[in-house]
Amino acid sequence: MAVTETDIRKIADLARLSLGDEEVPAMTAQLNSILAHMDVLTRVDTASGTEAGSDAITSAIALARDVKSAGAPLRGDAVAPFPMNATAPMLAPDSEDGFILVPRLSTHEDV
Amino acid sequence: MTDWSQKYEMVVGLEVHVQLKTRSKMFCGCSADFGAPPNVNTCPVCLALPGALPVINAEAVRLALRAAIALDFTINLQSVFARKNYFYPDLPKGYQISQYDEPIAVRGTLRVRTPGETATHDIAITRLHMEEDAGKSVHDRYPRKTAIDLNRAGVPLIEIVSEPDIRSAAEAGAYLRTLKQILEYAGVSDVSMEEGSLRVDANVSARLHGATELGTKTEVKNVNSFSAVERSLQREFERQCAMLDRGEVVRQETMIWDASRGTVRPARSKEESHDYRYFPDPDLPPLILDPDYVARLRHTLPEMPRQLRQRFATEFGLNDAELDAVTAESSLAAYFEGVARAHGDANAAAKWMMGELAAALNETGTGIRDFPVRAPQLAELLDMVRDGKLSHTAAKGVFATMRSSGKSAPVVAAEMAVTQVGDDSQIEQWIEEVFAELPAETSRFRAGEKKLTGVLVGAVMKKSKGRADPKKVNALLSKVAG
Amino acid sequence: MRNIIDMTNDAAVRAADPQFGRDGLNIVVATNHESSLANAERVALAYGRGDAMSLPGMAIAVKDNIATLDMPTTCGSRILSGYVSPYEATAITRLRAQGAVVVAKTNMDEFAMGSSTETSAYGPTRNPVDPARSPGGSSGGSAAAVAAGITEIALGSETGGSVRQPAAFCGVVGVKPTYGRISRFGLVAFGSSLDQIGVFARSVRNAAIATYAMAGGDLNDSTCADVPVPTTPEPVEAYRGRTLDGVTIGIPTEYFPPSLDADVRARCDVAIEVLRGLGAKIVDVSLPHTELAIPVYYIIAPAEASSNLARFDGVRYGPRAADVSDLREMYQATRSRGFGAEVKRRILIGTYVLSHGYYDAYYKKAQSVRALITRDFDAVFASGVDALFTPTTPTPAFKIGAVTDPYEMYMSDIFTVTANLSGIPAISLPIGRVGGLPIGGQIMTRHFDEPRMFHVAAALEAALGGEAHA
Repeated sequence: MAVTETDIRKIADLARLSLGDEEVPAMTAQLNSILAHMDVLTRVDTASGTEAGSDAITSAIALARDVKSAGAPLRGDAVAPFPMNATAPMLAPDSEDGFILVPRLSTHEDV
Repeated sequence: MTDWSQKYEMVVGLEVHVQLKTRSKMFCGCSADFGAPPNVNTCPVCLALPGALPVINAEAVRLALRAAIALDFTINLQSVFARKNYFYPDLPKGYQISQYDEPIAVRGTLRVRTPGETATHDIAITRLHMEEDAGKSVHDRYPRKTAIDLNRAGVPLIEIVSEPDIRSAAEAGAYLRTLKQILEYAGVSDVSMEEGSLRVDANVSARLHGATELGTKTEVKNVNSFSAVERSLQREFERQCAMLDRGEVVRQETMIWDASRGTVRPARSKEESHDYRYFPDPDLPPLILDPDYVARLRHTLPEMPRQLRQRFATEFGLNDAELDAVTAESSLAAYFEGVARAHGDANAAAKWMMGELAAALNETGTGIRDFPVRAPQLAELLDMVRDGKLSHTAAKGVFATMRSSGKSAPVVAAEMAVTQVGDDSQIEQWIEEVFAELPAETSRFRAGEKKLTGVLVGAVMKKSKGRADPKKVNALLSKVAG
Repeated sequence: MRNIIDMTNDAAVRAADPQFGRDGLNIVVATNHESSLANAERVALAYGRGDAMSLPGMAIAVKDNIATLDMPTTCGSRILSGYVSPYEATAITRLRAQGAVVVAKTNMDEFAMGSSTETSAYGPTRNPVDPARSPGGSSGGSAAAVAAGITEIALGSETGGSVRQPAAFCGVVGVKPTYGRISRFGLVAFGSSLDQIGVFARSVRNAAIATYAMAGGDLNDSTCADVPVPTTPEPVEAYRGRTLDGVTIGIPTEYFPPSLDADVRARCDVAIEVLRGLGAKIVDVSLPHTELAIPVYYIIAPAEASSNLARFDGVRYGPRAADVSDLREMYQATRSRGFGAEVKRRILIGTYVLSHGYYDAYYKKAQSVRALITRDFDAVFASGVDALFTPTTPTPAFKIGAVTDPYEMYMSDIFTVTANLSGIPAISLPIGRVGGLPIGGQIMTRHFDEPRMFHVAAALEAALGGEAHA
């Protein structure tokens, strides 16, 4: 599964990274070289195990707590925001009247 | 205008987003209330500050389950929150946490009766999943800038996605009204399109009658009411039919409903190709539900409109129009039942609610929950009418004063001196007086001229300032005549 | 009480010493002397009042990706330049409650993506053992802070070995607790299913005390386990000097490949004999999927990172590119200028492996293989093995600038990533030096079996004595 320069441009766009024309060939080569090492996985038989790898950790937690399953813990519906010593507009590079401001999307839709 | 429905069939699927009625947000302890100044209801989690992590709100899960149970969904005892990745300034994390391939509920149904049709149609609902809302982007407040308010970011939503089972604009409207009614009964949301707690995206396509394959669909956006959904779907269907008829190809795109012109137009910006790169959110282990908990929720679910209708029909003998009216909302139904039980005459209760009460609610724009005259008080008023203590006309006036003063019916009636007099001796005295004042008519009446009854009753009513019970007056007069 | 303030003051002065700053070893990226002293005074007051504390007046250095209120948290990245977190990490709050005082933030590979602390926007950290060499990474600054004696304890974070590998390179103890043992709330995410806060210390005992001080369930982290935390420091004290009678230690053959550095192998052989001498039963075991760990890791970690780093968009915090005409340009300019080359490379890999048409082949496949790697460990532990002993790294510290191929750099995590992928706890401790360079040995145990891990490590540490640092 070789990555093409077109792929690189597309994923850079998805990730909102701009790559200069001169960077694209090098990045393409690097990604292909790295991904080539990943191809070994395609040869591994994983048919017997369908669980995601991280499920093992939840199972381990369940085991350690001696409970049947360790799903996501739930919080009660109390209004109790985690305290901060700054407000959102204070953190933002641009703000006015409490709003965070950003440059307008040039193609923004009017809905 | 061409009636395209003879040749083409409309195929509609609806995606409905419903805001859950929780106090706090989906994944943090910030208030989920509307109306705070911008960005006040924010914290490290919903601002997506570096290092912050989500924790699921138990009440959001409970409400999503209630909705799923009310809509006959199959509940998945294990569901998974995924990340839907895209960049937008009102999406602080750069991804929305949303259930994707393992939603909390699948395969629901909604029985819909389109107005004017007798048969019902079961619309299949593909899935119900939980997710968080985005913030709000305000484009027109500052020049060249978009203003971001993240108070809404992270508010819990459920998305209910129907199969493309809907076959007309009217059926889409019926689906939405029925869905709204059920969600309101289940008590999971304010379900107000005006306030944005219920939002609709409609997918529509057209195909020749008898065709088995679906046509290319478009998505209609910017619809702010159920009737706008119906009108926009009709317009978009007509547009597609005209294209198909000319041999043109319908493009998959987003259409914007322009309510002021009553037209649809393609979205101006061409949507970029989306690739949301969904994957299970590693910050959230699977949501695992205790089957006993789900069973308990199932048993504590209040009666749904269909069951309630059935019960009211058998128990109170209401007709369809009355049933429609008193079961429109769960709070109305509870009010009705309160009045009917306290008063005893369900038909009288229904009539009053459809007439005087509906008019009053319309006039003030309030819901039944905030209505000052509560069910027992209305029952008391209806009792007085039934017992002949108030005329129907006087009762209307008493009702109006009850609304403004909050006082009970007997108190208001006494204050207004409109209590009907049913006491025989008092009425007989008025009759004697009338006889004395109208000797000619009286003697002709006594001689058997029955048509004079009306004149005499009218005179008695006038003398009593409207308070004499006309039935009693009639009865006593006829005794004299007899 | 006076002592606590003096200790903090001394550490704060050391932390601000130019020899550890940008023009020196480049270990420390931020200090706040005033705030550290104020915190020390608070600790002194509480301690004087008789509050129980496991780390009274203990100065600590903290990796630059853990949220602190009084010093910036920049993850070694331009994109967070000057960012001061308005909230504090759970781990920091808990350490402060035990009397610890933060005196410095330490250098790191940008967003913890690296194994050498060379990708930092602040420039590379130098290894106090040999300034021409890398301290390892990504928590190189914290490892070096302990090695250089700035603090006795430092916090790092692990995603694939970012505490144990620099601990080995710098000759200190490094702990990666069980995934879920310590809250991640306030740790800037890299690979969320792998990330865990870890500890550097000069002794196993202090490492254990600090680990337990931070451990335990946290309602702000859904992945943090509400599993009982051992009391501290008694268990470690009890294990010290005791033999390892009745303890079975597995030696996984896959961690001793023919290509292993001869000096590393020799030191490991000595350590294994010491463990045997302490009474441990030594058995050869196999973890057959080990060779797949690096490919799996370098799919899962970048995938999660590509999503975790989307929030660095210039909207709500951090510097924003100003000379832009619209939102899209703002995103691209902010992110392209803010992130360094390695971070961009991993975001692109991660975006690619999650993108339409590749998800199943890469991400999903990697998760399935990850399950196989975890099962390898489960099987070995189920067979009666209590702990595993391996080298921490294939080589001692390499020279700064010596490793240029990204994949070759990734391979330095080969013995450490498996514990992150499976979530089990692991510790690296010094087992000797070769040519002046420290060699690290690694001990891994079952999920949440930190007591056993510290037991074996403390016994080995005590038995090796001065030899470990010789």
